[in-house]
Order: sequence, then structure tokens, then C-alpha cells
Amino acid sequence: MSTAVTTEALPEAKGTAPVRPASGNAVAMRTLKYALLLVFLCIVLMPAYVLFVTSFKGIGDATPTRAWRLPTEWETAGWQRAWETLAPALVRTFSMVIPAAIISALIGSMNGFVLSRWRFPGADIVFTLILFGMFIPYQAVMIPLVQLVQSLGVPSGVPSLILLHVVYGLPITTLIFRNYYAGVPHELIEAARVDGAGLLRTYASIILPISMPAFVVVLMWQFTSAWNDYLFALFFSNSRNGPVTISLNFLASGQLQDYSASMAGALIASVPTLLVYILLGRYFVGGLMAGSVKG
Amino acid sequence: MRATPKKLVAVLATAGLLTLTAACGGDSGSGGGGGDSADVEVFTWWAEGSEKEGLDALVKVFEEQNPDFNFVNGAVAGGAGSDAKNVLASRLQTNDPPATFQAHAGAELTDYIEQGQIEGLSDMYEEKGWNELFPEGLLERLQQDGEIYSVPSNIHRANVVWANPAVLKDAGLDPEATYDTLDDWIAALKKVDAAGKIPLSVATDWTQVHLLETVLLADLGPEGYSGLWDGSTDWSGPEVSDALDDYATLMDLTNTDRQSLDWPDATQLVIDGDAAFNVMGDWAEAAFASQDKTLGTDYMAFPVPGTDGVFDFLADSFTMPVNGPNPDGTEAWLDTVASAEGQEAFNKAKGSIPANLEAKTDDFGDYQQTAIESWQNDEIVSSLAHGAAASVSWLTDVTAAVAKFGSDGDVASLQEGLSAAAEKNQS
Amino acid sequence: MSTQTPAKPRQGYRTWGPPLLLITPTIIVLGVFVYGLIGANLNTSFQDRHTRGPAEGYVGFENYTALFSDDTFIYSLRNLVLYTGTFLVGTLVLGFLWAWLLERGARGESLFRAVYLFPMAVSFIASGVVWRWLLNNAEGDRASGLNRLFESLGLGFLQNPWWTDQRFGIMAIALPAVWQLTGYVMALFLAGFRGIPEELREAGRIDGASEWQLYRHVLFPQLSPVALSATIIIGHMSLKVFDLIMAIAGQTNYTTQVPATQMWVEFTRGDYAKSAAIGTVLLLIVAVLIVPYLVATYRQERRR
Repeated sequence: MSTAVTTEALPEAKGTAPVRPASGNAVAMRTLKYALLLVFLCIVLMPAYVLFVTSFKGIGDATPTRAWRLPTEWETAGWQRAWETLAPALVRTFSMVIPAAIISALIGSMNGFVLSRWRFPGADIVFTLILFGMFIPYQAVMIPLVQLVQSLGVPSGVPSLILLHVVYGLPITTLIFRNYYAGVPHELIEAARVDGAGLLRTYASIILPISMPAFVVVLMWQFTSAWNDYLFALFFSNSRNGPVTISLNFLASGQLQDYSASMAGALIASVPTLLVYILLGRYFVGGLMAGSVKG
Repeated sequence: MRATPKKLVAVLATAGLLTLTAACGGDSGSGGGGGDSADVEVFTWWAEGSEKEGLDALVKVFEEQNPDFNFVNGAVAGGAGSDAKNVLASRLQTNDPPATFQAHAGAELTDYIEQGQIEGLSDMYEEKGWNELFPEGLLERLQQDGEIYSVPSNIHRANVVWANPAVLKDAGLDPEATYDTLDDWIAALKKVDAAGKIPLSVATDWTQVHLLETVLLADLGPEGYSGLWDGSTDWSGPEVSDALDDYATLMDLTNTDRQSLDWPDATQLVIDGDAAFNVMGDWAEAAFASQDKTLGTDYMAFPVPGTDGVFDFLADSFTMPVNGPNPDGTEAWLDTVASAEGQEAFNKAKGSIPANLEAKTDDFGDYQQTAIESWQNDEIVSSLAHGAAASVSWLTDVTAAVAKFGSDGDVASLQEGLSAAAEKNQS
Repeated sequence: MSTQTPAKPRQGYRTWGPPLLLITPTIIVLGVFVYGLIGANLNTSFQDRHTRGPAEGYVGFENYTALFSDDTFIYSLRNLVLYTGTFLVGTLVLGFLWAWLLERGARGESLFRAVYLFPMAVSFIASGVVWRWLLNNAEGDRASGLNRLFESLGLGFLQNPWWTDQRFGIMAIALPAVWQLTGYVMALFLAGFRGIPEELREAGRIDGASEWQLYRHVLFPQLSPVALSATIIIGHMSLKVFDLIMAIAGQTNYTTQVPATQMWVEFTRGDYAKSAAIGTVLLLIVAVLIVPYLVATYRQERRR
């Protein structure tokens, strides 16, 4: 897989399936193919169905034994309760995720540029060491991390989480940008150098303007992973100052279980990332691939 | 498309920084605890349901008694207090204590005491005459090395069986019957089993610990049970083995889907007539009452067989943090909590009973009346599952052993786990 | 910062100085937050620090020996292996199959692709809300979730206790994980398929290979780098499993214990040394998977 794929959309099938005289065998294969595709489609949608119908059920209707039935009466009370519980957390999540994504993307972009173009002594080892930071289980740094963040005086909740998502997002953002910039023609940068432009000017005038596709991928990636994070949120925030994953888990696993509100809450908490997927999903997949599939 | 991205990035970056500063500013406003000396931040996990109603009632009394102080609600919702406890631990560690915080009375305070995070209150008890307000048995159980560290606001009873008379009748049992021993009860449970209903409903791990504690109490008696916590009863002895055998028998007669449930679901099984019995603390009363069920006809409540005459208590209480932001305010809050008026208002709304013996309880509910009578006459022991008997760390180990047993059913290894937990945590 | 002296040969610090400066903050931050903290964590794991208070001296490997002589920790390691195996096999096999089905294009491909992919956008916490229901272990009359579905489809024999089973319960937790990530693996394979030059297929056809032979001997081997990447990505995610278990089974449940949940429980009760030791063990496990991959990457970098 060449790194040039970085931010291209997922490629379409090359041409259409060859049109051949339909032998009985081919028809059978086609039928099998579509049957399988449909069966898997249903399986994948099944949990979504349960979420959806339960979220519209009334209190007595929303019990686990009736999970598969349609609501006896469609009610939106569950959605209202979920919204009331989650709305403040949603606001906090946005105010945490957006800066975290933007800052880590900008820094990652500069790092990626440097690592893709300039060979300083030990650049390979530095790159490999940065990469390792992407894979570490955060449990292995959590205990001292809690103390470090506390002693830095960063308040728990949104500020702590921004810091953490930026710091621990750096490896992947650096990697994606580096792979993307590796595909930028040398001539472009050489031309700037001949003009006498320094590093920062080359970056700002040549690199940044062509980085948009990579930014889309990185921002999406960081947005989704910070939005869906639970581990950092659990250690560095609480239901009063934390993101929506914390509030949702308390809503759903509280003692007085409110099933329709829990299900509605799960849907509400997923809307932003789902929208990102629906609107920009093709870029996302392509980018992730380049980010992760090295070749 | 060539020039715009650059601008866009710049705009995005600025927006990001703005949000960042806004976020920081916003947080320091809400989290910092009041600088105003009239503010009394009360930290609890009473954020919803009857608990919130109770707190509201208590606050009303506080504001009447102390017009100069300003109540600040520091409630942290979620996880039945587990979230609150984590938040609290980090606030205490960063030297940002609330004026006062809720904690289960008894051994659960151990960690705070060892860290030097809460003040001893024995002098205050002496000075204000609280030693006469609360029953002696309770005061004894609040003490750690001779010092009292918190003021109890309410009492709950843990050793209560809730039963559905209709299910009992169908199984050919006398719904009015009470059972002297666990063995008698087990015989009845087996009849329910034969009739095709769930004999005893139970929920996730902590409710199993709750059940275990009542079984230990029934089989060891109050003295033997209390000895488990001070080392005078041997966890690996034959008495405990027998009790654990009984516990194993009971667990065999429970619903299989317990891990997916929490206590309201288990109690609901009794209310709905799917199960005959449930062992739960007397906060379960609220579940029956809220569904218009009447004690004596729709449901029965009696002490866990073998524990008649014993009150397995747990209490919420309030503390005085070291270096608190407003010691006078804290004292005022503790005054209200201890007072008869405060306890009446709070407990009536919450469904628990007052710890203060002078509180008037004539208009409390039927079940509450029976609990109040037992509270005054019964022998008092401390609940394990609710922080009165053992430290947080000990309870964590006990819960792990009980959870393991729930899965593998190995009595010997349960006893080993419990002994190891006692050895590790008993100082 | 700008180097305004084009006459000088582009060597030495003038070439690599400014870029190094630009990347230095990142190197320092990651040096502290990744490597410094791993060191600090290691340090804590060797200490006698079982309460929230300060450490009471060093105990060497005692915390580790205690960990490995604890049956429950061994059980949780075993769970982690089972979970990872199920998660990997599930996502790779299904993801490959889906990609294969879609590989030559299909009517409504974009719909299938979007639906197969969407679970990936959802957090484990949100999907845990519904999977808690689906994996409810009640059977018979009170069955709900999948057990109820099986019963009403006449497949009652499939009913099982899901994640509460002592031996294989953890594999049930892998089901939602497979549901969420298979689409991603499919996308990887799909891109892999479509990255194969058309000429290769043509050449195969000219040689008279049947469709199956074409796949088996020409196309599938081209996908092994994709399979390797998918294994690395899914594998390291799987070893960190935490959110899903917290959302579905909770932190005290025995049958779904894994190192990450135990680490959290030890942290909440203030046993920092044990918590740190569990974190280190987890790091070592992940390293077994990741380090060979990183070394290979490093070698590749050198050759660049």
C-alpha cells in the first residue's frame, strides 16, 4: 500500500462486474452474494433497531423482555429525559473535543512536515519512538499521569482532557501527516528553498495550503476518538464536569434504570460522530488506512 | 480552493483557542467551591429520587435555622455514590475540600481518618450534648479508636426480607408465616422452587454481598458477626463454613440473570409476582410504596430469618474536613443534621428513620414505624455491604470473593478469599 | 529562523537545526508523558504503596509476584487472551468476507458499506447500553435480548448465559467489539483488493485460471500486508479492552475481569502500587505485539 493513498477516498470498484452470459452457476452465486450481504446488513442493524424502538417506549413498555417489539405507543418522554441529563455534558464534550482536535492536528501537521522532509541525526529513531506512543495502553502511565496533571494544576474536567487528548493524539496526527507529506512532490519544496524561504515560511506558504485533505482526516479521527473516549474521562473528570460518555454510562447503569432514556441517550451521544461518518466517512476510511497501513 | 484552506485553518485555530479559554474559565467558576464565607458546600451523592427529596427537606430546615449561611449543593450524581467518592478523593488530595461531605458512618471513614482528612468530633459531641441524642449502640459503632468522626443523619436497616404473599399462597405456604431459622426458610424457598417461581431474587455483586452479610448474621449471631470485623471471630472457622454453606444453598435458589440486574430489578421481581422473596435494605420500601402497594396485603416485610431482634444498620453521616473552607458553616450544617427537626424532615422524605432519639415520628409510614421500634429495642450491628463494618478496601476484597463465588460456586475458595481479605485488611 | 544564506552548503545544523527545533516540543512532551511516565509508573510498581498516602519504601518485585500468584489475575489474563482471539478472528474473517462480497462492486454497494461501517462511529459506552440488553442472560420465560430472539425464531437451543459464563463469558463481550470493528477491517481489505492492479487479474485469466484459482493464488496473497496491519490495529485495541466491559458488565463482575478493569478497581481503592504493576504488565503484553512491528517500521525508515 503506497503512502500516496493517504487521504484519497475509498476507491470505487474498477469498472463494473464483467457482463457475461448468465450461466446457472453465476446466477446462483449472485443470489448467494446478495443474500449474504442482506443477512449481514440485518445483523449489523439489529442493535440499532433495539436502540431506536426502545427509546420511543413508555416506562412500562421499555422492559428487556419486550426488547424486540415495537412500542405500544410512540413516546418521546425518554428522549426528553435523556436530553435533560446529557445536554450539559454534550456542551462540555464539544468544548473539549474541538480544541483538542484542532490543536493536535496543527502540531501534528508541523511534526509530519518536519519528519517527512528533513533528515536530522536520529530522525528514524525519533519517529519510531513517537509511533510507540500511539500503541501504549494508557493504564501503563495512568497512576503517575493523575499525579502529574494534578501537580501541573490543570483543573479536572475539560481542561485536563484537552491536554491529554492533544498530547496522546500527537503520535497518530504526526504519522498521518507525515505519510501525507511524503507524497508531496519534492520540486514544490525545492522551489521554495531556492527562493530562500525558511522552514516556517515553506510550511505556511507551500505545505499548509495543500494539507486540507489530511486535516479533514486528522480532525475527524481526533474528534471521534476524543468524543468516544471513556478511559481518560473516567480518571480525569466526573459526571459534573466530564464528557458525555461519563454521563451516559451513569444514566444507563444507574440503580433506577430508565431504559428508554438510556437508549435515547446512547443515540444522542452518538449523533455527532455518526454525522461525521455519514458526511465524511469516505475520506476517513482512506485516511485511516494510510495512517495505519504501512507499506 | 488554494488560498482558503489556510484562512480556514487560521480561523479554526482561533476558534479553538477561544473555546479553550472559555472552557477553562467556565470550569473554574463552577468547580472552585465558594470563596464567599457564607457559602456552605455540602457534598453528597443525593441527586435524584427520594434521596434528593430528603436533602431538599433538610436544606429547608438548615436555611430556617441559619439565615446567614448559604447552602451550596455539591451533589455528584451517578453510580450510587461511586462517582462521588472518586471526585471527593481527588478533591481532598488536592486540598480543595467541601465544607462537609456525606459518608457512610463507620469503618468506611477509615481511609479519610488515616489520611488525616477529617476532624475528630468527640469534643463537639460532648459540648453539644449529642451523646444523649443518639442511642449508645450507635455511638459505639461510630467510634474509631475512641473518637467519633461524623454526625449520622439517618438510619437504614439492611436485614429485611420482602415477600409477595400471593406467590407464597400459590406455593402452598402461609403468607403470614415468619421463619425462626435459615433452615426453615430454605425449606420454604424449596417449595417455591417446586411451584416454578423464583424463590429468592438477587441482583448484581453488591446485593450478593448484602445477602451474605445477613446470612453471616443469622448463623453467627450478632456477637459472632461483629467479631468478624475486630478479629474475634475466625473467618476460616467451622461456623463461617456452615454459614457459607447456607449462603451457597440460598444462591442456588436465586434467579440466574442476577448479574444483569441492580437492586430495583430484583425487588421488582417480588412486586411483579415473579419471585417470592428478596433480601434488601429498607430503602426497598420506597419501591413498593411508589407502586401503591400496601404492607401486609400486597407485600410482607420481616427480619431475615435468624436475625430477629437484631438491627443490621447503616447510616449516612456528615463530616468536618480538615482545613475546610468554612468551619463555622460546617458546624452549622452538622447542628442541623443532628437536630430533631432536621432529622424529622430529612427522614420522612427519604424513607429512612432518624438516628436522633428525640425526633418525632408519629406521622411516619407504617414500615418506618416498625423500623423505629426495632431501632429502639434491638441489638445493633454494622452493615458490611454499606460501609459501616469494614473499610472500603476490605469491602472491595470481599466483593471480589463474592463475585467469584457467584460464578464458580466454590464454597471453599469463597472462604479462603474472605479469610485472606480479613487478614490483609485487619490492622 | 529563516536561513537567508543560500550560498553556504546546505549541511550541518543549518539544515537540520530549525526542523529539529520545530519538533523539539513534541519530543519533550512525549518524552515526559510517554517515556517519563512509564518510568514513574514502573517506579511506583516497585514501591510499598497500597494506600492513597505516600510510599513506604521499595519492595522490589513483590507486587508482581503477588499479582502472578493471584488466581483472579491469572484468570483475567486468560480472559484477555480469549477475548483478543475472538475479537481478531471475528473481525478478520467477517471483514474479509464482507470485502470479498463487495470487491467486484455490487448494487447498492455504498449503502452496504455505510451500514457495515457505521458501528465504528459509536462509542463502546453507547453501544454497551444496547448490548447489555442483547446479552442479557435470562432464559426461558424471562428471556430478553438475543436469548428472546433465539427462542422466538425457534432456535431456543442457542440460548446461553452469555458473559456470565465462567469459562467463555468473556467471548460474549467480544461480540459487540466484532460488531463495531468488522466494518473497519472490511474497509481495509476492500482498499487492499482495489489496490491490486487490474493487470494481475488479466494475466491470471489469460493463463486460464478459474475465478477461484485467481483469488486463491493471485489476489489473496496480495492482501497479506493488509491482514497484518489489521491484526496490529485490532490486536492492540483488544488488549486495552475496558470501556465495553464497564458498560456491559460493570467493574465488579468476575467473569469479565481483565487487567484493565482490575487496574481501575485497585486505583479507586487507593492501592497505587498494585494498580501500577497491572499497568506495567499490560504494557508488556502490548509490547509483545507492537515492538516487532515497530522494529520492522524502523528498518524500513532506515532504508528510506
